[in-house]
Amino acid sequence: MNMEAGRSFSFVFLSGESAVRAALKRITGALEDLELTREEIGSAEMVLGEVLNNVVEHAYGAHLSGPIELRGERLTGAVRFRVRDRGTEMPQQSLPRGGLPPMGNSLADLPEGGFGWHLVHSLALDLSYQRADGVNELCLTIPCQDAGGPNSDRVFS
Amino acid sequence: MDITCDEQSDMLFARVEAERIDAAAALQFKEAMREIAGASGAAHVVLDLSRVEFVDSSGLGAIVAVMKLMGNTKRLDLAGLTPTVDKVFRLTRMDSIFTIHADVADALALHRAG
Repeated sequence: MNMEAGRSFSFVFLSGESAVRAALKRITGALEDLELTREEIGSAEMVLGEVLNNVVEHAYGAHLSGPIELRGERLTGAVRFRVRDRGTEMPQQSLPRGGLPPMGNSLADLPEGGFGWHLVHSLALDLSYQRADGVNELCLTIPCQDAGGPNSDRVFS
Repeated sequence: MDITCDEQSDMLFARVEAERIDAAAALQFKEAMREIAGASGAAHVVLDLSRVEFVDSSGLGAIVAVMKLMGNTKRLDLAGLTPTVDKVFRLTRMDSIFTIHADVADALALHRAG
């Protein structure tokens, strides 16, 4: 019996660096309740950390603050997340791509940033972004095993 | 940021006592490490991350920045990466830039073996 499917959580918080930390703590707690493994929770935390910090640093920026709404829904073999904010839209109204920053040829050339979207693209599936009525909406999926392991009986209904 | 230092065999071991090096802590971490490295004469620094559960892209950038500010005269190795932190280094290929030891004891043994 798969009663896990369809379970969800959602909350709203005010943009800010320490607010992201608190939100991630709340998310990892909710994912523990949804019986994700430590590794899956680690991936989700990494991806959502990058996405939420991007909202704080770029959509709202240093001089603005506003609400960020987060929703997670347990599906079969995955958790689907939706992040909404009322900040500035993404440049070109599209998601940044995922490549790694150039490594350069010397110590001084090593990149100190530009890793975030690469991590997001590496760990999340089905990324989508849309802007409507002044709201940014980003959706993504983190794959995970269903309770009972990958070989447990699944209920498709 | 709380960082515990221990010098042994001309090596400086700096253990980060915080659970996270994230966007909110990256700058503090970098400044703390700048002071620690500046105050020590050790040419070989090992950053012990065994108590750190989470590093985001800002934290990773700060660790790279610390390596850069040591310049070509000091060496920065890493030790004790927890699973999620290890994953960040692998996914960004930064595991190829740093020498990464399983733990502090390993780093010390390797150094003593010359």
